[in-house]
Amino acid sequence: MIELLATRWAYAAFILLMVTGIYMMIANANLVKKVIGLNLFQSAVFLFFIASAYVVDGSVPIVHSEGGGGPYVSPLPHVIVLTAIVVGVSLTAVALALIVRIYGEYGTLDEAVLREVSDD
Amino acid sequence: MTDIVLPLLIAVPIVAAVAPLLLSLWSTETGWPVATVAALIETGLAAVLLRSVYLDGRLVHEVGGYPAPYGIELVGDGLSAPIVALVAVVSLGVLAFARSAGPRRNSFYSAYLLCVGGLMGISITGDLFNMFVFLEITGIATYALVAADRSGESAIAALKYLLLGTTGASLFLIGVGYALISTGTLNMVDLSVRLAEIYTTPGGSRVVLASFGFIAVGLGLKAAIFPLHTWQPDAYTYAPDTVTVFIAALASTVYAYALGRVVLTVFTVDFFDAVPLAQDGLLALATVSILAGSALAAVQSEVKRMFAYSSVAQFGLVVAAFALATPDSVLGGVIHLVGHGLMKGGLFAAAAILAARHGARTVDDYARLGYRSPVVAAALGVLGFALVGVPPSIGFLGKWYVALGAVRAEAWPVAVVVFLSTLFTLVYVARLLERLYFADPGTAATPAPGEAVTDGGDEDETADRVDSRVPDSVSVGMVAVVVLTALVVVALGFATSGFETLLDPVLTEVFSQ
Repeated sequence: MIELLATRWAYAAFILLMVTGIYMMIANANLVKKVIGLNLFQSAVFLFFIASAYVVDGSVPIVHSEGGGGPYVSPLPHVIVLTAIVVGVSLTAVALALIVRIYGEYGTLDEAVLREVSDD
Repeated sequence: MTDIVLPLLIAVPIVAAVAPLLLSLWSTETGWPVATVAALIETGLAAVLLRSVYLDGRLVHEVGGYPAPYGIELVGDGLSAPIVALVAVVSLGVLAFARSAGPRRNSFYSAYLLCVGGLMGISITGDLFNMFVFLEITGIATYALVAADRSGESAIAALKYLLLGTTGASLFLIGVGYALISTGTLNMVDLSVRLAEIYTTPGGSRVVLASFGFIAVGLGLKAAIFPLHTWQPDAYTYAPDTVTVFIAALASTVYAYALGRVVLTVFTVDFFDAVPLAQDGLLALATVSILAGSALAAVQSEVKRMFAYSSVAQFGLVVAAFALATPDSVLGGVIHLVGHGLMKGGLFAAAAILAARHGARTVDDYARLGYRSPVVAAALGVLGFALVGVPPSIGFLGKWYVALGAVRAEAWPVAVVVFLSTLFTLVYVARLLERLYFADPGTAATPAPGEAVTDGGDEDETADRVDSRVPDSVSVGMVAVVVLTALVVVALGFATSGFETLLDPVLTEVFSQ
């Protein structure tokens, strides 16, 4: 177990961050904090990809014209994460825009209060 | 050279989505024409694709000229072509509906076109990460569309959808990550070969199962499979009526298709044989979804909500069809995806018209409307019976093949549940029709046409608040869309051989190994 944590700590951190993010989304009544939880969850996934690309003693994956020079770290997960970050930013923007509208309409961001208002 | 239609199908709506925003500097009424032109082009491209796949089978385009395992592939085959056609036709139909129903802002049509582009992308991509990107493009556009009604409820529903939808997409991404790390590839066909090498080695099936689990739950969340459906009824109910027609017909349909595509192309039938837990789990999820969705639909009083829960049940049926993974059930699943998209879109459109004309939002409000709006009510009746599965209709065809697949695979619980779901569907459709035609005349004290329309459900708002979701007026075009949908649904009931020819190459390939 200890050995696993020592060698695979990046993956353990991924699980921890992911679960924390999901817990924040479920447990917090405040909508902004839910969005922060969502961001944390997404960041955990990004870290998971980045960690998977790491190669011991790997260099930046720019191959020279004569070839050779390896080993390189895997560039594919980096590209994936770059794309996913852009997606995450746009999602946060949409979420915050919706939150601004909800606050303007109801004057609160508390989920429980919002439910009461829209139920009765 | 016909493979050029594949990238065009994605590029045309996404590029066109920029136009309404730029044009709003000049005029704010330009959104609809731009969207219509784009949708017409899409329909033409989809027709070319459908014809080419029907005659020659699989159509592949390598994006940027990079060959398959390294570059991204776009694939048109018997599985994706019907979905592409559905997306194109429905997006055109919804525009015909939106002409007088609104919303009219240019930004709405930008989101609308982005959504169409994303849906096309999910349908024809052959790359798993590319699918994630399109899932998110569609997602962001759908959240904006749901919130297009200016009410507070729609913003809350959209935010709820956003939180759950993004979680679903992220879970999907984790599943993709597991698959990528264990194989080093993202191309679907390449993945299916390399994953097979892994799950056939002893102890290697765990990582594939984990990947499958994350992807199935992620897409299940997106497609609103019970118990992951909680965002869906609110989103459908509080969105503007035009948007409800659009997303109810397409969004979950395409997500369910994505699940089917991943199950059949990436993980393949062999994986189900090697790891029965995956198949059993997915079947259990789907079966519960059918029962719970049907039961919840039967007890709803608001019509939009009832149709929303009905979708939960119908997508359970589709996922069950893909999880059974027999040639019959997959054929049934694809037919039911297309059929359900058309039927549910038509039903929501009919409900929107009745809401606009008579302010009818609940089942009780529908009392005797069959005599006041005979054409729309009749179309609603036809679509309702098609949803139950009364022949001749595409609803019958889909259910028939799914049930046939279940019986031939000797999956008796699934066969029984499919039959039960038909009865449940009959319960809620019959309840609606009974109100429409046979209600006691005394109970028909609904608001007269032309009166200020108040929301039937929420009395907390000021009583004179106009329901902003309903169309401003009902045009002939809107009624025509509903009637046309009903006719197409019935006509497609005779299209068995067409679907069989279309899907035959895919089914042979998937089930040959």
